[in-house]
Amino acid sequence: MIWAAFLTLLSHWRRHPFQLIAILVGLALSTGLWSAVQAINAEARASYARAAEQLGQAQADHLAPRSGRQLNVSDYVALRRAGWLLAPVLEGRVGFGAQGYDLIGVDLLNPPPLSLMDAAPISTGETGETDISVTLLPPGQIFLHPDTAATMDPEADVPPIVTSLAVPRGTVIADIALASRLLGRPEHLTRLVILPDQPLLQQPLADVAPHLVRIEADTAGTATERLTDSFHLNLTAFGLLSFAVGLFIVQGSVALGMEQRRGLFRTLRSLGVPLTALMALLAAELVLMALVAGSLGLTFGYGVAAALLPDVSATLSGLYGANVDGSLTLRPVWVLSGLAMALGGAALAGARAFYALWSMPILTAPRAGGRIRRAERSFVILAVVGATMILGALLILWQFDGLLAGFLFLGGIMLGAALVLPLCLTLLLRFGAKTAKGPIAEWLWADTRAQLPGLSLALMALMLALAANVGVGTMVSSFRLTFVGWLDQRLAAEIYVTVDNDDQGAALAEWIAQREDARALPIRWHDTTHQQAPLRIYGILDDPTYRNNWPILDALPDVWTQIADGNGVLINEQLARRHGYGPGDRILLSDSWNMTIAGIYSDYGNPNGQAILSLPLLLEQVGPIANRQFGIRIRPREAAQLIQDIRNRYDLPPERVADQSTIKAQSLSIFDRTFVVTDALNVLTLGVAAFAMLTSLLTLWGQRLPQLAPIWAMGITRKNLARLDILRSLLLAALTACFALPLGLALAWALLAVINVEAFGWRLPMYLFPSDWARLFVFALLAAALAALLPARKLEKLSPSELLKAFANER
Amino acid sequence: MNARGSFTRICLYCIALLAVATSAHAQGFAGLGTEASGFAVPERGAALDFPRDHGPHPAYRIEWWYLTANLKGEDGADYGIQWTLFRSALAPHEQSGWASPQIWMGHAGLTTQRAHYFSERLARGGIGQAGVTASPFAAWIDDWEMRATDTGIDAMTLTANAPAFSYVLDLEAQGPLVLHGDKGYSVKSQSGQASYYYSQPRYEVSGTLTLPSGPVTVAGQAWLDREWSSQPLDEDQSGWDWFSLSFESGEKLMGFVLRGGDRNFTSGTWIAADGTATALEPGQFAATPLDFTSVERRSVPTRWQVNLPDRNLSAIVEAVYPKAWMGTAFPYWEGPVRVSGSHSGMGYLEMTGYEPE
Repeated sequence: MIWAAFLTLLSHWRRHPFQLIAILVGLALSTGLWSAVQAINAEARASYARAAEQLGQAQADHLAPRSGRQLNVSDYVALRRAGWLLAPVLEGRVGFGAQGYDLIGVDLLNPPPLSLMDAAPISTGETGETDISVTLLPPGQIFLHPDTAATMDPEADVPPIVTSLAVPRGTVIADIALASRLLGRPEHLTRLVILPDQPLLQQPLADVAPHLVRIEADTAGTATERLTDSFHLNLTAFGLLSFAVGLFIVQGSVALGMEQRRGLFRTLRSLGVPLTALMALLAAELVLMALVAGSLGLTFGYGVAAALLPDVSATLSGLYGANVDGSLTLRPVWVLSGLAMALGGAALAGARAFYALWSMPILTAPRAGGRIRRAERSFVILAVVGATMILGALLILWQFDGLLAGFLFLGGIMLGAALVLPLCLTLLLRFGAKTAKGPIAEWLWADTRAQLPGLSLALMALMLALAANVGVGTMVSSFRLTFVGWLDQRLAAEIYVTVDNDDQGAALAEWIAQREDARALPIRWHDTTHQQAPLRIYGILDDPTYRNNWPILDALPDVWTQIADGNGVLINEQLARRHGYGPGDRILLSDSWNMTIAGIYSDYGNPNGQAILSLPLLLEQVGPIANRQFGIRIRPREAAQLIQDIRNRYDLPPERVADQSTIKAQSLSIFDRTFVVTDALNVLTLGVAAFAMLTSLLTLWGQRLPQLAPIWAMGITRKNLARLDILRSLLLAALTACFALPLGLALAWALLAVINVEAFGWRLPMYLFPSDWARLFVFALLAAALAALLPARKLEKLSPSELLKAFANER
Repeated sequence: MNARGSFTRICLYCIALLAVATSAHAQGFAGLGTEASGFAVPERGAALDFPRDHGPHPAYRIEWWYLTANLKGEDGADYGIQWTLFRSALAPHEQSGWASPQIWMGHAGLTTQRAHYFSERLARGGIGQAGVTASPFAAWIDDWEMRATDTGIDAMTLTANAPAFSYVLDLEAQGPLVLHGDKGYSVKSQSGQASYYYSQPRYEVSGTLTLPSGPVTVAGQAWLDREWSSQPLDEDQSGWDWFSLSFESGEKLMGFVLRGGDRNFTSGTWIAADGTATALEPGQFAATPLDFTSVERRSVPTRWQVNLPDRNLSAIVEAVYPKAWMGTAFPYWEGPVRVSGSHSGMGYLEMTGYEPE
């Protein structure tokens, strides 16, 4: 009998295939969106891990001599004997014949992490066998790119050559024994890379080698990680919201399925099927649907992820240098999480319908009017709960710090707002009803209110979707504007040059100074510490490049004049936040040197403190510092020629003279792909919300006939009724959109100003895009109209006999 | 990417070929069965000379300073530590600076009843990062050090330091040096491969181990082995099982089984309580595996029946922690053991040449 009952229950779907499709599609869509985001995130993270193994260690800290001091092999040995695990690196210029090459010497027994080599020496003998003694013992071997090998003077006295495509052109890699021999510097080293996994005991650097300074990992690398993290956060928030939106569809459809089978339930119960058995059968049915829909959703999500991933990977690798493969692997983690989400989602969505079934008197028929009053009472309860949640969220934000608090705030405010929505709409509709003139208008307002209980969930979904759109859109756009500004700040000069030594640097500066069309901006810094944390102090010359481009957050008046006169220092936001500094405060830069903070600038992605002051002042305070890097300002179209000139004049390899205008253009074009991803997710989320409205309206369809029949009987044509139906949908969507806007802005604000600060230590400025909102408003109306279209057409085509039946039976 | 993989490979290879000067095909364990052209070869009858022979012998291809200790913590638990400095020459000479052909490799291990930790260091000679001096005696690689506090090697301090553990121990010799084989000339195969081999099997030890859970004060006994050669193994020998056992009677036994060849080759030394050493004839010492432990995809015997009929010895030797695997460039098993049966006591077991299944 149980089996027969089950088949009977299932037969409902044969008669109402659209409902089944709604449930399956709803669950599949929400699971799909969720798992697409998960897949993208998981894939990207796995790629980072791979990339980090291959090249990510470029961020390793290293030790280098202070200005004017030497790093000797004996320092390396002393540090090793004091417990420091280091990889020695010796760099220099070596000439073979007439050509000069960059030589990097590493100890093959204690090599630096691979990326620092950025190359793959393959030691191959005649027989194809690897033999380390050939590499380590004289004459040794040099490793270089085949193109570099081709430039070698055959007459020159060159050690045995091993070619590898992975060695950068113009660079020669060798074991440190050979390198020190070639460079004639057996006693010296360039830097000591600090290896991961240092031992428990270590003498302080200051005790062993006080003339060395620890240089923190290149900030670019860390910036990469942090910026990509922020990108992932964005995506995850999106995924969760999409899922929530999708659940509303399921909720609606499950409720519909229950509603329409009341008669069936009544019959089954009367035939002796126990309530518990009935519930269990319905639960089994739901689980079955969840699994089917979950699998569909995973396939869909996989497709979405695969379609978006090339853009994501291009975005990440181009923008941040993080290497993400464009290919997708099926990962058990997101398959399982996807199915779990589908099951959990179905349970959540079905809970209310199940409760209604449980508490339903078997033989009572539904009464719409009474239910509306009951529903409005429950709206008040919902609103109280929602308001409490919003208050709680605000309280958490006010009382606690941290990422968790940020997320709790986000969740509380979103859910709270969704719960408050029905009551707000009811109140607005009541208010509207008071302004109504004429019976039709009054009926329209009242009927809209009457429909609210059934539509409220779909409207909540619509609001969340719209809010997510506004919020995430605002965040991504703000992020982009900020990033563009940051690129402009960092890559303001047309050409970036790194020369071999200070003499060459001085010569270059002098040579550029003679040209009328170009200005050289030295990039010189001094590394020190401030309250036990690394601090890099840049010395700059007064130049419009800084005055026009540097993103100042907060400053005293005439900040650049103060910097130029040596009366003030600029610090980055991280340093200011960490120690609570503001413009006008004093900052201690060394034991006997303190200065007034003239301003604070934003410095995205850099975890360390940074300061900027006048170069002459810096030289006066800390003595000689390296003078090897320059930014050169020149009219863009003359940049290419100057690059050629500099390379020829100083015999520099291509990577040492970089044309940044090209790099910047590439970065930006790649960044715009982020929008492809965001837009795609936006459209999908809105689509889901529209679908939720459609299913809700269809759910209401059956209940509405008894209410529409009298109106029709009073002489309103079906066509007019259908139009009024669409109008009602538009009205509700418009009202919902009005509520969604502030909620979306609150979401964006929370993401930018709370979550980002907690997660990454810097605040992204928020930019507003009203034109986007207008577009979204239109989209919302369009979605509502589309959702209402199908039921409206059904109404228009409805045969009068159906309407007459409403009077005949009480269903 | 592939090319980067090649770089990793060469680095690994570099380590794996430390012991091999001329061929990429390492033979025997760690290439110890490779023929040694240009290197000196041990000769029977050459008298060892101290303190000179505490120091390195660059003309020989391979050499080690090998210390193991069975320790008891203040908590009553058994601990074992290993400290080894290997020297491996790419060419039979020494020279200062980076061009030195002498490669040094340090291994440190710490075994508790429930865990095993190890660490490895590499350095080349010539720059002072690693080396050994005979008098005053000091052996070091990076910050790991075995250093005499007096003349000779009777009183020493020992340190090792790794990300997961560290130890600082004082050693005090309680008896004379023991020369294995024929006055220190120790035969390793039927075809006559040999090494110079002596030990100080009786140090009293005290000091502190630092574990992830915190420091432990320990005391116990240590055993130092010194061995150098150029081709200690026959080409077809694949590995060895080496035992150093200290019995409660004060007697000690060093015994080893060299696996492979036509048949296994066993030898060893019986050390009386007063330190008098008697070399065992090949075949006298016997060790038979009883139980195996699966570790790192290998099946390694961690419970042994050890017999020496001449001394009425029939004992069970069992690992304190069966997974004391040294996952170093040449991987092997090394850890403390308990002895029971006709004789009882503690000891150390080293097993090499167990290949992944």
